Amino acid sequence: MILSAALFMIGVIGVMVRRNIIIIFMSIELILNAVNINLVAFSSQLQHVVGQVFAVFVIAVAAAEAAVGLGIILAFYRNKETVNIDEMNLMRW
Amino acid sequence: MGQAIAFYTISAFVLFFAVLVVSTKDTVHSVLFLVVDFLFVAALYVLLGAEFLAAIQVLVYAGGIVVLYLFVVMLVNLKRPPEAYEDPHRRTKLGYALSAAVLVELGAIVGYGYLTPSPIRPAPAALPVSGNTEEVGWLLYTSYLIPFEIASILLLVAMIGAIVLAKREL
Repeated sequence: MILSAALFMIGVIGVMVRRNIIIIFMSIELILNAVNINLVAFSSQLQHVVGQVFAVFVIAVAAAEAAVGLGIILAFYRNKETVNIDEMNLMRW
Repeated sequence: MGQAIAFYTISAFVLFFAVLVVSTKDTVHSVLFLVVDFLFVAALYVLLGAEFLAAIQVLVYAGGIVVLYLFVVMLVNLKRPPEAYEDPHRRTKLGYALSAAVLVELGAIVGYGYLTPSPIRPAPAALPVSGNTEEVGWLLYTSYLIPFEIASILLLVAMIGAIVLAKREL
């Protein structure tokens, strides 16, 4: 549990502090991994495999999120030639 | 005893590489540290008795997602590093403060968990353990069939969406 919390923390700090959007996406992957570790730990403690089933779902959603997110990054980079989140202000009004 | 030592060693490696992922300047190095981190997490899954999930972790994360990241890093060849641009409106201190708030929250939860005796008792092994993959597959295709199908539709939609987004012109 504490390992999972610590990994989650590192991911949150990465999201909040870094400016490269690719590294922010990797931090999100770290957060999802922390959740998975938590699920598997409960699954092994309670001797039931439901936790592992949910971890499989989390992995599927993470894969979908990574594909769409990286597609957005590519489309954005083609327009603006940057991956800095501070310069991403297309939707500002 | 040996299991505890292995658990703490692998945990230390996982945290160490996670810190490296977040803190390195070079994005390619960061991706490579991410691969090592995922492999250590897979080792942790094996230690916790989830062999099927460990295999999935290695295949999907270390094999698939990381290759995707590497492709994007190489397609997005940066002429100027993203960290060089300094936004005057950037609130870095606010980011650190929010992270600290989440840290305090998690610490409170962990401390509370230690102070109060947990009502969850480890249940007696209900299912006869007959191979991890078999169990997971059985549950996935019986009780969780509808979530499974929805996940597959989500993956299909994400695939189409990624293609539409990354295509140059439609």
